[in-house]
Amino acid sequence: MSDMDMEDDGSGVVKKFMFLNRKAPHGTVYALEGLEVVLITAAFDQDVSLVFTDDGVYQLMKGIDTKGIEVKDFSKTYRALDGYDIEKLYVDQASLDARGLTEDDLIVDVTVLSNDEMAKLMDEQDVVISF
Amino acid sequence: MLHIVNKSATERGSLESCLGLATKGSAVLLIEDAVYAATKGSAAAAKIQAAAADLKIYALGPDLAARGMAGRVLDGINVVDYGGFVDLVAEHRNCQSWL
Repeated sequence: MSDMDMEDDGSGVVKKFMFLNRKAPHGTVYALEGLEVVLITAAFDQDVSLVFTDDGVYQLMKGIDTKGIEVKDFSKTYRALDGYDIEKLYVDQASLDARGLTEDDLIVDVTVLSNDEMAKLMDEQDVVISF
Repeated sequence: MLHIVNKSATERGSLESCLGLATKGSAVLLIEDAVYAATKGSAAAAKIQAAAADLKIYALGPDLAARGMAGRVLDGINVVDYGGFVDLVAEHRNCQSWL
């Protein structure tokens, strides 16, 4: 082991993390649990990308009202993410199209990617965590 | 018969299986993540509307609202509340939940 390695305890290492959200909200607990993990990760100053694809795009719908089913409405939390320095939110065009949705239907500003762009983004990551 | 479907049609095949086996005049109630199928522009919209010719299709209102979908329901779908859910179960001789 070189002197350089011994001095480096790894605390300053920044990795590229992708959180891949593919589930609709409420029907399963994945969306809410995924969001909790993202907020925890924010405390570690990592390079975080949040991706919503397939039914995951439904997590970002405007106008969610959960009073009738008596569960927590966590959709407002997505708006607070930039306060945690999580500013890279991505959605893929094909998932929006398959559900009759546009960017205007979503509660936060996102970057809409083509399939090829999404594939490239995923390939660039050090860690991908899927919910 | 009353058929109850609770899974997203873009993630599971249960709605398709249900529509394949539901006989004319039967009722299909969409709840939880299955309600997305009853919304405008969804991948399942055409199938649902075709099925509505022979079947009565219902969707649970509180589940639509919880998903931001209350204003996007397809024409010809009957939106019911929890009381309506109970009525449907009581009105039908038997029911099948497509888990």
